[in-house]
Amino acid sequence: MKILVCISHVPDTTSKINFSADGAEFDTNGVQYVINPYDEFSLARAMWFKEKQGASVTVITVGDASTEPSLRKSLAIGADDAIRIDAEATDGFAVAKQLAEVIKGNSYDLILMGRESIDYNGAMVPGILSTLIDFNFINACVGLEIEGTAATATKEIDGGTESLSSSLPLVVAGQKGLVEEKDLRIPNMRGIMMARKKPLAVVASNNAEALTKAVKFDKPEEKSACKMVDAGAIDDLIDLLHNDAKVI
Amino acid sequence: MSVLVFAESSEGKFKKIAFEVVSYGKKIAAQLGTQLVALTINADNASEVASYGADKIIKVSNNDLASFNAKITASIIEQAAKKENAEVVIIDSSSNGLYLAPIVAAKLEAGHASNVIAEPSSTAPFTVKRKAFSNKAFNHTEISSAVKVLGLAKNSVGVVENASSAEEEDFSPEIIASGVSSTSINKSAGKVSIADADVVVSGGRGLKGPENWGLIEDLADVLGAATACSKPVSDLGWRPHGEHVGQTGKPVASNLYIAIGISGAIQHLAGVNASKVKVVINTDPEAPFFKAADYGIVGDAFEVVPQLIEKLKEFKSKN
Ligand SMILES: Cc1cc2nc3c(=O)[nH]c(=O)nc-3n(C[C@H](O)[C@H](O)[C@H](O)COP(=O)(O)OP(=O)(O)OC[C@H]3O[C@@H](n4cnc5c(N)ncnc54)[C@H](O)[C@@H]3O)c2cc1C
Ligand SMILES: Nc1ncnc2c1ncn2[C@@H]1O[C@H](COP(=O)(O)O)[C@@H](O)[C@H]1O
Repeated sequence: MKILVCISHVPDTTSKINFSADGAEFDTNGVQYVINPYDEFSLARAMWFKEKQGASVTVITVGDASTEPSLRKSLAIGADDAIRIDAEATDGFAVAKQLAEVIKGNSYDLILMGRESIDYNGAMVPGILSTLIDFNFINACVGLEIEGTAATATKEIDGGTESLSSSLPLVVAGQKGLVEEKDLRIPNMRGIMMARKKPLAVVASNNAEALTKAVKFDKPEEKSACKMVDAGAIDDLIDLLHNDAKVI
Repeated sequence: MSVLVFAESSEGKFKKIAFEVVSYGKKIAAQLGTQLVALTINADNASEVASYGADKIIKVSNNDLASFNAKITASIIEQAAKKENAEVVIIDSSSNGLYLAPIVAAKLEAGHASNVIAEPSSTAPFTVKRKAFSNKAFNHTEISSAVKVLGLAKNSVGVVENASSAEEEDFSPEIIASGVSSTSINKSAGKVSIADADVVVSGGRGLKGPENWGLIEDLADVLGAATACSKPVSDLGWRPHGEHVGQTGKPVASNLYIAIGISGAIQHLAGVNASKVKVVINTDPEAPFFKAADYGIVGDAFEVVPQLIEKLKEFKSKN
């Protein structure tokens, strides 16, 4: 089985989010980038398929050279090789088109992705990609088993889960549950050394056109101070929620 | 030209968010000076959407569509969009909506903006405001394609009554094959889901252990609320994964979010910032959550919550 894991390189979850004074650009000053947390679950599941079922694992990202540390980290975790498509990740459509082109030239059985990138929270690349390459698609996946060319998956739905079956090739957008938190991988020294020698191919952009563009950013207004209620005066809280906030 | 909304129903009944997308669609149709078409699939009472401004209702009835399939539903929306010459297609942010929308966008070669929270600030260029960076910021996105697919964030524009006399039409789209099939659905009966809930009661590590979750559940019962938790609570196996909210869990956009024994780490707040009113109960007056809250009580959950449950019961019996 040939697996491709799509990695999005995003600001660390604790990053302070700031923008240039005119609001036109995200201010990357002092921002640490990491592998998108959802993609880490997918990568860990891919490693499981590699170790238990002999799958090969390629990781791919669409981005400039600054995204390579995330690919190297994926290699250190155990991926066999990496591909970077040298293009700016402008919008979901453009990223999906870039990925589709590489996928069409290779015969991957399984494309593992994340439910959403935690920067723009687009949640769109997996669905668009699966449609462009005409693979089956399972979103919000919290469990995945593969037997030959048959996949059984568990998907999160509002208020519960759904079991699905599908044949390969398949695109899966994963999240926690695909593996448990404790099964996420941290690179060890040996992995880091080996990663240096693993292939990282840089592929030229196919100049896929973006259909959307972020033109401006702003932040929510500062909220007013929290109204404190005495622990012995619960009636006051109920009164505030009923008459002031009008939520009960 | 038209604006098309997919008004989602479940077991024949419209979801509340269906009325919200219709209300939102009406505003855009008015901005564009065009009509609003609502697509329904197996809705018992499709005409209900006329109360929120649909000018035309296209109704699909087909027993093969009893269980949701994203690819098939996306293809029906695509066919409806082409038939109605839709310029804007609007889909909700339920788990089904999130599954569908990018497929619809790809099929229509449409630019897609998800997490939209307001009417377009301009229609030429077509510009919408979206949540980004896990609710820490907003992103104003221009969509340049002829057809646009918008994913509307829940509880962002609300339900607006706007009765119209809608023309109704039966629609029999081609039902394509899908390689993915549903084998079973597992929902906890009678429980309100986080996605559908107006009120969410959430517990953190401050509750000490799973045996104390009765408090959270009782409070949720009185309020008709969904239950949720912080990430360590689900990591520790005290609660199911599906309840974990935050940056790496579920987003909550309820009217009221009550956080009990949760410190308010940045990753937790990222998932709950979109809730309108936040109440925090925590023993530590320095807990960061108080800075993000609207109402706070410094106190021990094991003392405060039982009182709150009792007082709310009294309140509910009178109101
Ligand atoms: C990559 C990454 C992603 C993450 N994503 C998420 C996420 O999506 N969601 C999430 O929640 N976290 C997430 N986290 C974890 C987050 O950083 C915090 O560790 C977590 O939110 C803390 O959970 P907590 O508030 O329940 O526990 P704690 O931080 O242990 O806080 C417990 C709180 O309970 C209070 N308390 C104690 N006893 C009582 C009592 N008797 N009555 C009332 N209050 C009491 C304490 O004062 C304290 O404030 C993420 C972390 C990382 C690194
Ligand atoms: N620039 C990118 N390069 C590779 N994969 C990406 C990129 N952006 C998004 N993805 C994949 O698509 C998923 C969903 O991202 P998004 O649609 O941007 O929210 C991510 O979890 C990744 O698996």
